[in-house]
Amino acid sequence: MSRTPLDTVEHAAGTPDVELPWAELGLKKDEYERVVEILGRRPTGAELAMYSVMWSEHCSYKSSKVHLRQFGEKAPQSDALLVGIGENAGVVDVGQGYAVTFKVESHNHPSYVEPYQGAATGVGGIVRDIIAMGARPVAVVDPLRFGAADHPDTKRVLPGVVAGIGGYGNCLGLPNIGGEVVFDACYQGNPLVNAGAIGVMKHEDIHLAKASGAGNKVILYGARTGGDGIGGASILASETFDDAKPSKRPAVQVGDPFQEKLLIECTLEAFQEKLVVGIQDLGAAGLSCATSELASNGSGGMRVTLDDVPLRDSTLSPEEILMSESQERMCAVVEPEKVDRFLEICDKWDVIATVIGEVTDGDRLEIFWHGGKIVDVDPRTVAHDGPVYERPYARPSWQDELQADDANKLPRPGTGDELKDQVLKLVSSPNQASKSWITSQYDHFVQGNTVLAQPEDSGMIRIDESSGLGVAIATDGNGRYAKLDPYAGAQLALAEAYRNVATTGAKPLAVSDCLNFGSPEDPAVMWQFAEAIRGLADACQQLGTPVTGGNVSLYNQTGEAAIHPTPVVAVLGVIDDVARRTPVAFQEEGQLLYLLGDTREEFGGSAWSQVIHDHLGGLPPQVDLERERLLAEILISASRDGMIDSAHDLSDGGLVQAVVESALLGGKGARLVVPEGLDAFTFLFSESAGRALVAVPRSEELRFNDMCGARGLPVTRVGVVDGDTVEVQGEFTLSLDTLREAHERTIPALLA
Amino acid sequence: MARVVVDVMLKPEILDPQGQAVQRALPRLGFQGISDVRQGKRFELEVDGPVDDTALARIHELAESFLANTVIEDFTVKVEEVKAEAGK
Repeated sequence: MSRTPLDTVEHAAGTPDVELPWAELGLKKDEYERVVEILGRRPTGAELAMYSVMWSEHCSYKSSKVHLRQFGEKAPQSDALLVGIGENAGVVDVGQGYAVTFKVESHNHPSYVEPYQGAATGVGGIVRDIIAMGARPVAVVDPLRFGAADHPDTKRVLPGVVAGIGGYGNCLGLPNIGGEVVFDACYQGNPLVNAGAIGVMKHEDIHLAKASGAGNKVILYGARTGGDGIGGASILASETFDDAKPSKRPAVQVGDPFQEKLLIECTLEAFQEKLVVGIQDLGAAGLSCATSELASNGSGGMRVTLDDVPLRDSTLSPEEILMSESQERMCAVVEPEKVDRFLEICDKWDVIATVIGEVTDGDRLEIFWHGGKIVDVDPRTVAHDGPVYERPYARPSWQDELQADDANKLPRPGTGDELKDQVLKLVSSPNQASKSWITSQYDHFVQGNTVLAQPEDSGMIRIDESSGLGVAIATDGNGRYAKLDPYAGAQLALAEAYRNVATTGAKPLAVSDCLNFGSPEDPAVMWQFAEAIRGLADACQQLGTPVTGGNVSLYNQTGEAAIHPTPVVAVLGVIDDVARRTPVAFQEEGQLLYLLGDTREEFGGSAWSQVIHDHLGGLPPQVDLERERLLAEILISASRDGMIDSAHDLSDGGLVQAVVESALLGGKGARLVVPEGLDAFTFLFSESAGRALVAVPRSEELRFNDMCGARGLPVTRVGVVDGDTVEVQGEFTLSLDTLREAHERTIPALLA
Repeated sequence: MARVVVDVMLKPEILDPQGQAVQRALPRLGFQGISDVRQGKRFELEVDGPVDDTALARIHELAESFLANTVIEDFTVKVEEVKAEAGK
């Protein structure tokens, strides 16, 4: 068998004319020329593999970088922020010596191809980000978006995604405490499967992704490396270097949660014994990413022998090994005298661990294969100095027309009976209906620290048993609002998540985001993206909640049609004592219902306009961040001082949606009176932001009103918790049984 | 009456965590010399009537759409005659 010679650095220097398949690997011509310029010669196949994958949109953020900078430039001063953007995940101080790390990421495309494994490996990836910071993962959340609820493909994708999330999370023993499920035809063929995770550690346990200290060993541990997720590299291997190879490479990665569980325990034990200098999980771009990032974040030099990487498939070429995205692997940098102990711990947990290289005192990343040097690069050029694009963006021509198509002009219900009919339609529509058929497939309570989970406004986890210290997390996003106005839409997503955290009694501290958009090569999409980031960065600055990290997912589109711009925002908050939390459910009959905030005629992008008129047009609700901040302060104070027994934020579906949910969860009805100055329809269906509904015990009425009055928050008494019906006086009465039937039957009927 | 057997296996390039777990357990239990294990599923379908081309096509279709997840699995269909009753 004749073999082409190994494409070493030396070989590359001597054969400048060899054509490499850079285009097939996704590089543009000028990008390839830049690689040649950086190296001063043509790259070897292995180098090309590394550059192509690290300079991809997914890893380099080349289209989004210029806009994402705003998160840093406009970052509010925050004492709570311990680690910001750029690491595996952000870290926030929550007091009592504890730090919390959290992040949201997307796994959209893989979940469309193979829903179960795609969603499962999405959870796996985000959990490894958390471990890599030195934290023990304590909970996951999953914001999900699917095509129309009654579309046949939704029935293929959704159950698989839900089972994948539940299966992987359950095997790890992680409770799933929050997230969303949204249906919209725009996500047909492009579901959004975002996954978030929270981890807890002590301040001194924070670990960073850097390799410093010459002589320190680089250890790869976890699963063996297989040919997963390396479509491009296979081209390189089969076309250029060795035609005789088996070319079949899996398009789907299969997760192994039990391996991940071992990784968690093994990594945390190594951390505890202070054996680790730097650490990085292997996700997208696999070893290419881990080695170049570890090296460039440290002193810069690293030498790796690729022959030492444990393989699942012995036919893999070095390019493929570098690009493989096999799951459940991590890379640690360990001082030489601690290597034995590290390997011992791995062995104890049945985790394969191998020294594959060491940190050097140079500034080059050198990789060897069969004795030849196949990579010799400055790791910074791979990891950080990728191309940056100022992609053209332009407000789409249809935006004005869309905004002019005012939802406030849609025909409204005129009589009490029509109102009643539309309330039933609203609460039974797929987006407003109870999602318990989905969320009950997840384990909410494993580990015994879950305080709140779906369908509460935010998920809440106790992190210290003795003091009751806890953290809350909420994720929100409204693609319909963002389509009407991406700037405001992104702010509304933040405002809602912020409000949801405060509604449960926790103080919002920091933000992670998952920005799901269409193709950046479309100027209209790029405009949506730029506007959304500007909006989010401005709002984070004003609310004092820094963005700690997140993820950008572009090219979410089917053919020419992009999804609605969908920035999903996660807000993390802290609560001193979880016993003081505020639930959604009505607690006691006779308690007074107060509406906090101002209600205006705002129906653009509303659930009502979608459900009743299948309409999307006009403007989203006004954003008033100072009001959001004031509302949050009131909700937190009221919770801490025991002035309210239940609270629910008002968002999609408006007040009536909130009342129905609180009533059904508490098994207690409500009598509502339309306040002066409002008509019944606006009162029930408007989606004005900056509002919440609270239930106040009569004994606290005076104190609560005084507090709101003193701080200048509009507060309106709108009714009382009472009976087994929801009654809007003078308009209609609906029994809880009828409402429950309407609210809870929809999703199982469509999907079960 | 005939029996049709559908064997479903993960595609060779796809990670098989269950097979790996079995493989790792073997040496611990004293069984040496097994370098790899792949685990699959076997379905035995009892077919009413003759197993002709139409019936096989139907079984192929049900295997493809229901028994196997062809994104990550391969399957094979084979016919097994049920042995005649003793004493007949």
